[in-house]
Amino acid sequence: MALDLARYRRRRIRSMITISLCWAASAIGLTILAVILATLVYKGFAGLGPAVFTEMTPPPGNDGGLLNAIAGSLVMTFIGVAVGTPIGVLAGTYMAEYGRYNKVSSVIRFINDILLSAPSIVTGLFIYEVLVRPMGHFSAIAGAAALAVLVIPTVVRTTENMLLLVPNQLREASSALGMPQSLVIRKVAYKAARAGMITGVLLAVARVSGETAPLLFTALNNQFWSTNLNAPMASLPVVIFQYALSPYEDWQRLAWTGALLITAAVLTLSIAARWLGSSRTSQ
Amino acid sequence: MTDANSQAMAAAAARRKVLEGLRTTDTFFRLLTHSSAYLVLAILGAIFASLVIGGWLAFSTFGLSFLTTEIWNPVTEQFGALAPIYGTIVTSAIAMLVAVPISIGIAVFLTELCPMPLRRPIGIAIELLAGVPSIIYGIWGLFFFAPTLQRYVQPELIAFFKPFPVLNQLFAGPPYGIGILTSALILAMMVLPFITAVCRDVFETVPAVLKEAAYGMGWTTREVVKNVVIPYTRVGIIGGVMLGLGRALGETMAVTFVIGNAHRISGSILAPGTTISATIANEFTEAVGDLYTSSLIALGLILFFITFVVLALARLMLMRIEKKAGA
Repeated sequence: MALDLARYRRRRIRSMITISLCWAASAIGLTILAVILATLVYKGFAGLGPAVFTEMTPPPGNDGGLLNAIAGSLVMTFIGVAVGTPIGVLAGTYMAEYGRYNKVSSVIRFINDILLSAPSIVTGLFIYEVLVRPMGHFSAIAGAAALAVLVIPTVVRTTENMLLLVPNQLREASSALGMPQSLVIRKVAYKAARAGMITGVLLAVARVSGETAPLLFTALNNQFWSTNLNAPMASLPVVIFQYALSPYEDWQRLAWTGALLITAAVLTLSIAARWLGSSRTSQ
Repeated sequence: MTDANSQAMAAAAARRKVLEGLRTTDTFFRLLTHSSAYLVLAILGAIFASLVIGGWLAFSTFGLSFLTTEIWNPVTEQFGALAPIYGTIVTSAIAMLVAVPISIGIAVFLTELCPMPLRRPIGIAIELLAGVPSIIYGIWGLFFFAPTLQRYVQPELIAFFKPFPVLNQLFAGPPYGIGILTSALILAMMVLPFITAVCRDVFETVPAVLKEAAYGMGWTTREVVKNVVIPYTRVGIIGGVMLGLGRALGETMAVTFVIGNAHRISGSILAPGTTISATIANEFTEAVGDLYTSSLIALGLILFFITFVVLALARLMLMRIEKKAGA
């Protein structure tokens, strides 16, 4: 009997150790997030002033802001999302509505999931090969195209998942009224899945707006204000990359400010997306 | 009479026209979705094709020795992929060693231990870690994490492992701060939320009756996790780990900041090195000459191939556990 008690205590202790390790693991995860955010705020806040939003990226030793980089990021993200979203939505529609049970859809789903996690730098190389090299120069169009390639898999996935959640009775009822399938999809299924699909697009925007690797050798960089889509264009991530690795202290300070701006934007977007998604499911 | 007749005919014609219009849009819409779906396949094919074409010059010049040569010399145009491949694999492997236990720990915490009201906020906080852009990890790693390691951790590691014969080679050399180990740790932080998310999802597929039965027999939490939850979800966990590995292998910006970009294979994990993605990011825009560019694209092809295989295996495993959960 005494032996059993000893064994019982040993089991309890080992369990307690495991439990504490799990607590510790979660503490590590939360600490990492907290430290990153704290460093960003601490280092980035110092350089945050109106000049950041009104002036261009400076040469070393001069005052300046990030206006052209912010504008470039907005333009390329907008074009990338505007091009990628319709393609992604349509592809997701095919997989959920027309080819739900066929072989092609499962192959596409498989490939799409791989594209979703594929290295983004490879996307940059791909766009370099198909757009930059034939055109002969770097351009904002190429940068936007690279971002569009990254938007597509995210949107495909959420669209498909959200359409699969739409109850089939809705489709059957509208079909019974004589609606052709394309109308059933557009007027009924899309409406029912709308919140989820918007969530997907927001997540795609969040993902793409922080991407650096695919822009490095597609859109390159530009120190000046440019609205020419056929020319190199600055973007916030690429400017951060360049300035952070420079030896100039004022450039590094701007890089931190840019980093703070991007993180704030991306995290706000993903929280908004989550909130939208959860407000839908709780209904 | 004729009036009513012609009216009916006109109505029929109008209806036919509307129906025809509907049929056209129906076909059009179906074709549009169909072709968009095929576009996803086409993108994958086009990526492979463009990388093969772009890297062809390097492969035809160096042949298979491209994969086994360590030399990377832009001046003499000698290029070998061994050092970046080595760096990619080593950093990812160390990252996995660190990230997998922590991720499983967090997932167990979130599904078994955490008080209910805290589950959602902590889960979201971990997911936000996945949302932080990779360049942020890079700048944070370069200016905060690497100096911290250099000052407080690496000297201790070097001193601690000095008496051990093999390990002192692994932890040799001056504490640079940046290097293989630092990159691996940053990678671990970046893939942690992805592995955690998958593990949490698969842990939730364990039927409650199984766990309740085990607890009812008097098992401790540790025994339930070890003997019920993990065996039941093993395939899913491996899938999640592979997914994280796929991310780690291809991660670019964070690694580029802290790896040191040195084209050599060093026995010490504290030494600077390079990875495939960091090499491309650092050198592509400065590459002069067709052979240099082509070698970098060939590196991209190798990277894409490796990640493709890893991610495909991950998907296959996750599909198996999804089937199990559905059945």
